Amino acid sequence: MSNQKTYEAIVMGTSAGGLSALKKMLPGFPADFPCPVLVVQHISPQSDSYLIKMLDELCPMKVKEAVDTEQIESGTIYFAPPDYHLLVETDRSMSLTVDEKVNYSRPSIDVLFETAAEAYGENLIGIILTGANADGAVGLLKIKNYGGYTMVQDPNDAENAVMPEKAMRMVLPDQVLTIDEMVPFLLKMNYHASEKESPDQVDQGKNSKKDNSDPG
Amino acid sequence: MVSDNETQDRIVNLELELLLQAIQQQYDYDFREYSRAHVKRRVLHYLNANGIPHISELQHRLLTDEQCFRKLLKELSINVTEMFRNPSFYKTIREKVVGLLKTYPFLKIWHAGCATGEEVYSFAILLKEEGLYDRTQIYATDFNGDVIKKAKTGSFSIRNIRDYTSNYQQSGGKESFSDYYHATDNRVLFDKSLSKNIVFAEHNLVSDGVFSEVNMVISRNVLIYFNRELQNRVLNLMDRSLVTGGFLGLGSKETIMFSDIAAKYKAVDSKERIFKKIHV
Repeated sequence: MSNQKTYEAIVMGTSAGGLSALKKMLPGFPADFPCPVLVVQHISPQSDSYLIKMLDELCPMKVKEAVDTEQIESGTIYFAPPDYHLLVETDRSMSLTVDEKVNYSRPSIDVLFETAAEAYGENLIGIILTGANADGAVGLLKIKNYGGYTMVQDPNDAENAVMPEKAMRMVLPDQVLTIDEMVPFLLKMNYHASEKESPDQVDQGKNSKKDNSDPG
Repeated sequence: MVSDNETQDRIVNLELELLLQAIQQQYDYDFREYSRAHVKRRVLHYLNANGIPHISELQHRLLTDEQCFRKLLKELSINVTEMFRNPSFYKTIREKVVGLLKTYPFLKIWHAGCATGEEVYSFAILLKEEGLYDRTQIYATDFNGDVIKKAKTGSFSIRNIRDYTSNYQQSGGKESFSDYYHATDNRVLFDKSLSKNIVFAEHNLVSDGVFSEVNMVISRNVLIYFNRELQNRVLNLMDRSLVTGGFLGLGSKETIMFSDIAAKYKAVDSKERIFKKIHV
């Protein structure tokens, strides 16, 4: 925030304890938040879409499951589907794969963070929240190396401190904050919509929420 | 530092583009329209695992050594599969598709992108239990000849058999799963009666054409590796192969929605991604 740098996307990763952390944090983003948020939450492969429906009810931003080949839009929170890795392409579309697990995880936070770092470069914010394994640490380092902004949930504030601690052992984050401090801090940063999007996608309020059901 | 990374990235991306061109020209496998983020991850992983310093070095080795290419092909193949993967898919086939398949005197089913064959044997079991197997010809294809050879053997690691048994039961299986295989020390060998109507063959969805008219195409978690344009072309290939009234079964996150065949199909079950061709 010390310079004029602007950000185009936020990526987040969490596992154990993630659900309550996300429930606290994500509703804090306003409907017109000017960039997309992509989330990997470690979750059972069999889980249904309940989490997304519930968060969509709670959040002013649109919450949906990431769809393969779809273009990433501002004002939307995307979740990696259970049992699929979520990748960001350089044209800012999303890809899903069923490749081998990474860090015993599919979806893997590292896979999202590493591909997002390549797509967004220095215009990316990466955030590690509560969790019980080391997934995300390598990805966060890549974001840092590409000039992006890195944040980690304060391990004392995290339901499970392992993931924040592993991340902090790999990266000296730009900010270590409690879950309650995260969104107010993020709202003060500068954003600009990705140049590859059309302008009318930016100010999508709650009223224009589209159907969240999967395409058939 | 940032600009160093950007320069480095630009070079890697260029090397990757050249590598994919070289592979296409030398070996006729075309990965240029695959998800580039995925291909890049796999290629860099291959470099890492084999101690090769950069992609250009790999390119030289590939061009001069076919074995090196076969190894990379394995890295780029989708090898993650299981028997009765997503049991609810098979359950829905039993409940909503089998009744209609029974109206045909003879059936052809194309399993496109079958990898090591776990899902093909799963489907064979389903057909057998539904009394359809003896009138069905199954074509099981993959672009990687090495995995086709494995699929033909019907021999799988015993390690996952408990998960497979549980999947089988959830999929609406009617028998005892262990009746279908013989277990040895660390392998299970599936009964030959399951493979007698299966033709395993090498076929590349990107470059090969239609080879038969079929009543059902099953292709699960193959399309997601392609970009949208290639997905559209491959869906058109599947469409040309399908009879009107035929069925298309895709992976749980794959869709025909973005393709130009969408209007010819209606969803039999949109959650399970099972579609029926209703127009020519």
